[in-house]
Amino acid sequence: MVELLRDKDRIFTNLYGLQDWRLEAARKRGAWLGTNEILQQGRDWIIDNMKASGLRGRGGAGFPTGLKWSFMPKEVTNRPHYLVVNADESEPGTCKDREMLRHDPHLLIEGALVASFAMQANACYVYLRGEYVQERNRLQAAIDEAYAAGLVGKNACGSGFDFDIYMHHGAGAYICGEETALLESLEGKKGQPRLKPPFPANAGLYGCPTTVNNVESIAVGPTILRRGAAWFKSFGRDNNAGTKVFCISGHVNAPCNVEEALSIPMTTLIEEYAGGVRGGWDNLKCVIPGGSSVPLLPREICDDVLMDFDALSAVKSGMGTAGMIVMDKSTDVVAAIARLSYFYKHESCGQCTPCREGTGWMWRVMERMVTGEAEMREIDMLLDVSKQIEGHTICALGDAAAWPIQGLIRHFRPEIEERINNYRANKPVFVSQVAAE
Amino acid sequence: MTDLRKVNIDGAELEVPGDYTLMQACEQAGAEIPRFCYHERLSVAGNCRMCLVEWVGAPKPQASCALQIKDLRPNRDGSCANILTNSPTVKKAREGVMEFLLINHPLDCPICDQGGECDLQDQAMGYGRVGSRFDMNKRAVDDKYMGPLVATVMTRCIQCTRCVRFITEVAGVSEIGLASRGEDAEITTYLEKSLTSEMSGNIIDLCPVGALTSKPYAFNARPWELEPTESIDVMDAVGSNIRIDSRGGRVLRIVPVINDDINEEWISDKTRFVWDGLGRQRLDRPYVRKNGQLVPVSWDEALAVVAGKLGGDPESIAAIAGDLACTESMKALNDLMDGLGVKSIDCRQDGAPLGETVVGGGRQEYLMNTTIAGIEQADALLIVGSNVRHEAPLVNARIRKTWIHKDLEIGMVGVPYDLTYDYGHLGETAAELETLLKSTKGFARKLKSAKNPMILIGQGALARKDGAKILRLCGKVADKFGMVREGWNGWNVLHTAAARVAGLDMGFVPGKGGRDLAGILAGAKDGSVKTIYNLGADEIAEDLFGEAFVIYQGSHGDRGAHRADVILPGAAYTEKDALWVNTEGRVQMGFAAVPPKGDAKTDWKIIRALSELCKRTLPYDDIEALRKKLFADHPTFAGLNYAPGANMGAEGAADFAPAKLGAAGKPLKAPLKSGVGDFYFTNPVARASRVMAQCSQECGGNASLSEVRT
Repeated sequence: MVELLRDKDRIFTNLYGLQDWRLEAARKRGAWLGTNEILQQGRDWIIDNMKASGLRGRGGAGFPTGLKWSFMPKEVTNRPHYLVVNADESEPGTCKDREMLRHDPHLLIEGALVASFAMQANACYVYLRGEYVQERNRLQAAIDEAYAAGLVGKNACGSGFDFDIYMHHGAGAYICGEETALLESLEGKKGQPRLKPPFPANAGLYGCPTTVNNVESIAVGPTILRRGAAWFKSFGRDNNAGTKVFCISGHVNAPCNVEEALSIPMTTLIEEYAGGVRGGWDNLKCVIPGGSSVPLLPREICDDVLMDFDALSAVKSGMGTAGMIVMDKSTDVVAAIARLSYFYKHESCGQCTPCREGTGWMWRVMERMVTGEAEMREIDMLLDVSKQIEGHTICALGDAAAWPIQGLIRHFRPEIEERINNYRANKPVFVSQVAAE
Repeated sequence: MTDLRKVNIDGAELEVPGDYTLMQACEQAGAEIPRFCYHERLSVAGNCRMCLVEWVGAPKPQASCALQIKDLRPNRDGSCANILTNSPTVKKAREGVMEFLLINHPLDCPICDQGGECDLQDQAMGYGRVGSRFDMNKRAVDDKYMGPLVATVMTRCIQCTRCVRFITEVAGVSEIGLASRGEDAEITTYLEKSLTSEMSGNIIDLCPVGALTSKPYAFNARPWELEPTESIDVMDAVGSNIRIDSRGGRVLRIVPVINDDINEEWISDKTRFVWDGLGRQRLDRPYVRKNGQLVPVSWDEALAVVAGKLGGDPESIAAIAGDLACTESMKALNDLMDGLGVKSIDCRQDGAPLGETVVGGGRQEYLMNTTIAGIEQADALLIVGSNVRHEAPLVNARIRKTWIHKDLEIGMVGVPYDLTYDYGHLGETAAELETLLKSTKGFARKLKSAKNPMILIGQGALARKDGAKILRLCGKVADKFGMVREGWNGWNVLHTAAARVAGLDMGFVPGKGGRDLAGILAGAKDGSVKTIYNLGADEIAEDLFGEAFVIYQGSHGDRGAHRADVILPGAAYTEKDALWVNTEGRVQMGFAAVPPKGDAKTDWKIIRALSELCKRTLPYDDIEALRKKLFADHPTFAGLNYAPGANMGAEGAADFAPAKLGAAGKPLKAPLKSGVGDFYFTNPVARASRVMAQCSQECGGNASLSEVRT
């Protein structure tokens, strides 16, 4: 039996909104405690501690956060530094940032102050997903509270550091969650990813040094610094340190968000927190472990896989945003992936060739695979086309469109073949009305 | 002091500057990199993904157009990064991209005008797979209306965004964009409106596929049927380098030739699309007016009539040279008039007082001394009475380029026009120049602190009654702000007529006691000038010639021919070998692409034949002999392709005193206006062109194009 995370070790203590989100209540939960003392330790101390904590970015790619911060120029020259918080949470299956913004916005604001201080950024922009209207009101109210209390603004927290935080509401494009497309959108342009290099740390928002971090990566910062890097590092395996908010949705009895230590077995997460798979573990067909863009895992792998970066990439999937989509045996998995293909086709920005042309091609082939109206050789062709997109695009959306299909063919190829055979033999092919209910 | 870095390309190590892109380095190493979206004069987009190369050790192939050499990390063992341009990974990547580009491309090459000069066609042959695996329906895209010049077949578009970047960055009008996203992304003009740029035709050349093609040239010819002739454009005084493509004696299209000193890789729409005017309204046989009617006659008869008239009193004879007259014909006419003793000759049909006051420096007075490429060295610019955008679109493009990439401060005196860049408007009248001379604030301060300040004077400021006074004022400004000094010459006169500088250079101006244009016209009115030899001057109103006997020599039946008593049909600029001197004073050689129309003759030969009848036989029988005499009389013509102000040498700038130019006095109160009214109608060839007429109409005459700023 795996030991579960104890309540006293949780960072997001109001994840479920059982308490008030306002400043006073947030303070009672520990937010804004000793923020000035943290800032007084100096920039290097903060960055060193973030590095020591082993925190890896919570937005999907898992890049070490402290290291990212250290890439910013040491001195501010004629170009100001910026921190941009990526709250454009659009990955299907992921809804962790939403809960933080709703119920614990002060953790984010405090984290933004600390991170900005560490990078000498006097301004921070929070780019909020277009659909998050309530969250927008909440966050703005929290920012106003923080300004009124002197926690941000001129001489933030009495530290002598001037800090402004602005909220920007997006317009609902998935691609604007890609860091450089987000910057373009923030600048008022069409949200299309930029070429890298130059990386944002060198030339980001308005051509100035910029760091873009996920909401969760920023929000956990102050707590890590308060409780110590060693405390955070004590959770999870080596190189996969800390706690993380997991989102469990799909065919489970109690879909939920839960903060747990990394490297927790997937079974534990599903059984202990999400009430188990609908119809029991044996009814599990597959799980997409990290938001829609990572390859799915069939039940055999789910049985004993650990939920962390290295374990999931070892089974050719990924940690992503930790948005787990659980599918039981009633699922038409081919249709489910076809629906994801449609999503990526719809959300491709159209800038670069492989993604613009390839996502539509893959979706159309997938649609035929669902009904079995395809040739057997097209399975290999589809795989080849997906490889022709993967790694050839400007941003990672091409990869994200290719991986679910690659996962499907890797693990459920016989199911596709069976449909094609059934269709040819005039037998009914397995087509349910919806991909997943 | 370049920062050289080592890189290993396809197994060979070489050293290249760190700011080279991988693509440049690969090309230096001799490797060919296919590309669609990349264009060296536009910003890097990196979206076609055709130029992917393998960086050994990197997880994915890299877009070579965007990655700089200095961003390459060396290998772990310290050796320089290995780049492969012909590995299986690269081949697969290219095949993949090519396949994606073609799945929604209609493959209608047999009916596509781009066929034969299509990047997609060529690269599909070079880097594509044999067949496609895509067997579903292709995407179709609605065609967009982009005006009378650019035909669109948007289904062929591969979304490389070259046109968007050109129109936004170089032309400076954000009228094309990529709308929608994913596979619905379309290049569009948003409003189904004509492009308002005077450089829009360049997107036809830029388009790597057949999505944007030339509307006037549509379905006219295949590229391999065309005979190319590299020549010089005469639509303005910039002297853009062009290639004239002809077939069977007809000019079928005109495209730019790269010349970094002048037009870079662009030409204006007038230059590109004027060719249909070469086939209309042409004078193809001599005429003589009999009983008020112009009657076709033989060459012998026409020349005899002219010779008879030229035999009169030299005091009562005058000659005017127009905007499109070639150097050779002006030289021949100049020599003939010399021989006849005629002193009333003038090449300034707009009456600008240039080439008169000979002070130190000589031709510097009327040249664009900074040169077009030299604009990029300037840090402050004062424009006086010019709509640069319409008078010389490519000079304007160069100013815009400098304004974007460097800190060029621009001020303007005169009627404000939309020039595609921001400038400080100092006022509309010449009085503002006097104010500027006294001022120490605002733009005066910027001029004072500038390292390389320049002034650009339009013909609109000079071709008026008080032109000489304005010239003096401009000279004082140039003097006060140190625009002319050893090593820098910021004195620039922007001409609009291709023939003007050559005329001034050879002294096609009134001799001692001769009449200038105003004098000639006054003489025509009061009867003291009886015969006028009009060499292609079509911008003078017909009634101004009074009762004089007018001999018109030119190529088109325009204003000049209507008023003529004898018409001698000459050759258009595409039909003769000729020297042209541009506004920088750069002599360039143009070549005949097609023969003259009908009975028309090369211009200098007409005058040579006439000289024989006048018993003043000119001493040259072929063009070489003519040029030899030209070079002997005026050595500046011998320096081909050379601008005196080039390379910041600013030859003789130290001896040039602009403050002494022109005449003292108070200028008039009338605002300084551009000399170019309708951009599309500035000369007889353009006025004969149906395409130019359409353009003019689309732009509401001149109004919307040269939209006055509010």
